[in-house]
Amino acid sequence: MQVFGLTAHELRRLQEAGQVRPDEIVSQLSERARQVDGKVCAYVRSDTGLSVDPSSAHAPAAGLLEGVPVSIKDNICTEGFLTECCSRILAGFKPPYDATVIKKLKAAGASIITQKTNMDEFAFGSSTENSCFGPTHNPWDLQKVPGGSSGGSAASVAADEAIIALGSDTGGSIRQPAAFCGVVGLKPTYGRVSRYGLIAFASSLDQIGPLSKDVRDCALAMKVIAGFDPQDSTSVDLPVPDYTAALDKGIKGLTVGIPSEYFVAGLDPEVKSILQEAIAKIKSLGGSFQEVSLPHTEYAVPVYYIIATAEASSNLARFDGVQYGFRAPVSSAANSMIEMYKHTRGKGFGEEAKRRILLGTFSLSHGYYDAYYLRALKVRTLIKNDFDAAFKVCDCILTPTSPTPAFGIGEKMEDPLQMYLSDIYTISANLSGIPAISVPCGFTAAGLPVGMQLLAKPFAEETLFTVAHAYEQATPWHTSKPSLAE
Amino acid sequence: MEYKGYEIVVGLEVHVQLNTKTKAFCGCSTDFGNAPNSQTCPVCLGFPGSLPVLNKVALEYAVKVGLALNCQVPEFTKFDRKHYYYPDLPKNYQISQYDFPVAKKGFLNIEAEGMSKRIGITRVHLEEDAGKLMHKEGASLVDFNRTGIPLLEIVSEPDIRSPLEAYAYLTALKSVVEYLDVSDCDMEKGSLRCDANISVRRKGDTSFGTKIELKNMNSFKGVKDALEYEGKSQIDFLTQDNDPTIVGLLSQETKLWDPKKGITVTMRTKEEAKDYRYFPDPDLPPFIITQQKREEIRGSLPELPEAKKERLVKEYGLSLYDAGVLVADKKGADFSEACLKAYPGNDKKPMVNWLIGPLLSEANSRNTGIADLVIPGGIEELVGLVRLAAEEKISHLSAKSVLSESLAGGTEASRIIKDKNLIQISDSGALEGAADEAIKENPKSAQDYLQGKTGALMFLVGQVMRKTGGRANPKVVQEVLKRRLEHAH
Repeated sequence: MQVFGLTAHELRRLQEAGQVRPDEIVSQLSERARQVDGKVCAYVRSDTGLSVDPSSAHAPAAGLLEGVPVSIKDNICTEGFLTECCSRILAGFKPPYDATVIKKLKAAGASIITQKTNMDEFAFGSSTENSCFGPTHNPWDLQKVPGGSSGGSAASVAADEAIIALGSDTGGSIRQPAAFCGVVGLKPTYGRVSRYGLIAFASSLDQIGPLSKDVRDCALAMKVIAGFDPQDSTSVDLPVPDYTAALDKGIKGLTVGIPSEYFVAGLDPEVKSILQEAIAKIKSLGGSFQEVSLPHTEYAVPVYYIIATAEASSNLARFDGVQYGFRAPVSSAANSMIEMYKHTRGKGFGEEAKRRILLGTFSLSHGYYDAYYLRALKVRTLIKNDFDAAFKVCDCILTPTSPTPAFGIGEKMEDPLQMYLSDIYTISANLSGIPAISVPCGFTAAGLPVGMQLLAKPFAEETLFTVAHAYEQATPWHTSKPSLAE
Repeated sequence: MEYKGYEIVVGLEVHVQLNTKTKAFCGCSTDFGNAPNSQTCPVCLGFPGSLPVLNKVALEYAVKVGLALNCQVPEFTKFDRKHYYYPDLPKNYQISQYDFPVAKKGFLNIEAEGMSKRIGITRVHLEEDAGKLMHKEGASLVDFNRTGIPLLEIVSEPDIRSPLEAYAYLTALKSVVEYLDVSDCDMEKGSLRCDANISVRRKGDTSFGTKIELKNMNSFKGVKDALEYEGKSQIDFLTQDNDPTIVGLLSQETKLWDPKKGITVTMRTKEEAKDYRYFPDPDLPPFIITQQKREEIRGSLPELPEAKKERLVKEYGLSLYDAGVLVADKKGADFSEACLKAYPGNDKKPMVNWLIGPLLSEANSRNTGIADLVIPGGIEELVGLVRLAAEEKISHLSAKSVLSESLAGGTEASRIIKDKNLIQISDSGALEGAADEAIKENPKSAQDYLQGKTGALMFLVGQVMRKTGGRANPKVVQEVLKRRLEHAH
């Protein structure tokens, strides 16, 4: 039986019926990766197929993700397996510990795929082109990008090379690639999932989240990875709800907000009309709509690029060649320590990483802090206040995930600002810490997937699952598969 | 310190390692002296993906110190990152506190040069210690065991005006921290470190001169000596050629104290000054120290040196000076008070004199504190000995040698007194025989005395002492001799 194209909940039923074993699932996925990953490049280090961390437990009492292979973004620590953030500077780094999410996945019986998924270096990017391993290709059109930075994770799920994937989302890095690759992707509430073991980009914005083939799998994965972690001071000590129980609650009685600021110039007309059809569909399912205003939306991108780069410049200071990763050789001249730092960082980081480190260093510098970082924090609060006000009149907010469908490989590499605008609809959720999900909502005439984003109050992931699942079950989009033709 | 009409203006930055069981942001042990890098984990090594979690005990200790230094302890406190590149700092930033320290605006009273003075405390903040670098045969090695140990930075106002005041401030601060039992305060182990900011100005000026930062002082005396040297050399520089316009030409820099040569050497100038790019650590949410928690901690504070000193003066009739000597270290103070309590009667002076006299010198000769002396039979024996001496049942001289012998040999004082039969003979009747004998054997001296040479009496006293094996009470002997001489006449 061919199982690589199935979902986690389908695999679970088959396993319970004794129709498939975990090792069969893994070997099928591995064979699938051998066939298609040459084209997609979802994984790094996958030349000889896929393998599973032998310490992935298969508990006798079946866990929620028993025997389900999960692919992991290259910035989430896996004990003993290369975790390099797709950066030369972390070459050879094998963490001495598992991230908390990896421990939780193992405890739920999941099989951890040791070949990690491709990403923009340190999650700096929206296309997975800024990787020291080269770009990932969109399974729906191999000339297009898969989005980013979790492009490898999204593509691995879309191309049926993984059942579920973990990504990280600092400014849309799960949702935008999910939209570009036609899969479901969730950025949880800040503090809902432990960041312990996630190699930090911007600590106040980063969250780990699942990418999956449908909303039910997303809810299942969340049930496994969410929860308080005493090792992460920013994780929140609230009980984890049964997310799967929220799936079938139905939309009736729920109010969906439409922010006027999001449906304006810059939004691709084809994406816009697909979104309008989605809105009509939700209306037909019993949802009511309410126009809301998020007046500080236009500041989200500049605020994000000040805060995220400032934190990144600090978080990346530790990559210096002293303890781990790449160390540039230096002559034993005087001041060899400073030379070692300079050469290691100069040769170890890629262009976009250097650009962001410089931006962040500048805005934290003496005399500039108040004008940039501090002001950005204040505007961040205003953006958060916008959402607080909006959620007084609606249960969730509906927007496009990205203003355009997947763009061509190389198309935006010369223009970082255009690339940054690709995240215009997603970064507000990170700035305000609220949960947001992207679900497939149609295809362009050229056959590229389009994503719809739903946002909710902090810790209201259940609302997202309810609306997303009702919509998904009433539409065919999640059942479509890419042909993977050249 | 006044020199050529100038004075020095000094503020001190003291770093105190807290003696928590585990590090500030991870669960590693803080033990001293173990194999290099044996007390490390992904968190204190700054490994990618690791996150800090604050040790609440360290925060509580910081609050304790803040309250003990009469500081305000605001409800809101947070941690910031201080960035600089150095191989002993694994993240290349230090978790520290910038604009919201645990405590601020306090003071510490000191006694220096016979005067009492109040030194302002600017702030007390909590941070993590860095590792230790060692240079060996062209290579640099780093030990991360110290990395992440909680460190308090205590910054004084520029209220200090002399090297002696600086010394007194450090002594008083160390005393307070020791009373709180939150640090070993051992400069040799590096659990207490001190940097100084020093400027000079004409006596009477109110504005500040150019500030020089001094580092690498490894003892309180080193701080005193470095300030003395640096202060004088700055004043000499400014007063050369008696040209007052030269003021202001000193440049802001950081200097290192070289204790061997006794000089300060430039380490870096202002142009090389670092931009630490402080910003709030996004991995650590702000902490709220509620009023209730703060008051709870305040209530748990032990009696501090100043209060203890005042109480000893009041309760035991000590002089301010004596009390000051006794309270300087906490263990010594506790020991002293136990002795004073055990000592019977209202007049505690004999016990005090023994504590700051023979006991202190015994302790000093062993390079330890009085509380660390192992006294055979304990405080009870000590009190007994002091009492016998005070009641003149044994002589002070023999009492002192009994103490020495007891401490050296491990025998109780009472046992030594008994074995050596040291109880003084103060019964005049018992001494008459020996006195008569001495007079008979030394008729010349007896004669001399009666002719007004009082010195001759002391010779006779000596003879009686010899005859009684030193056990006679010299005062009583004198009286008996006088009486017998005059009577015989």
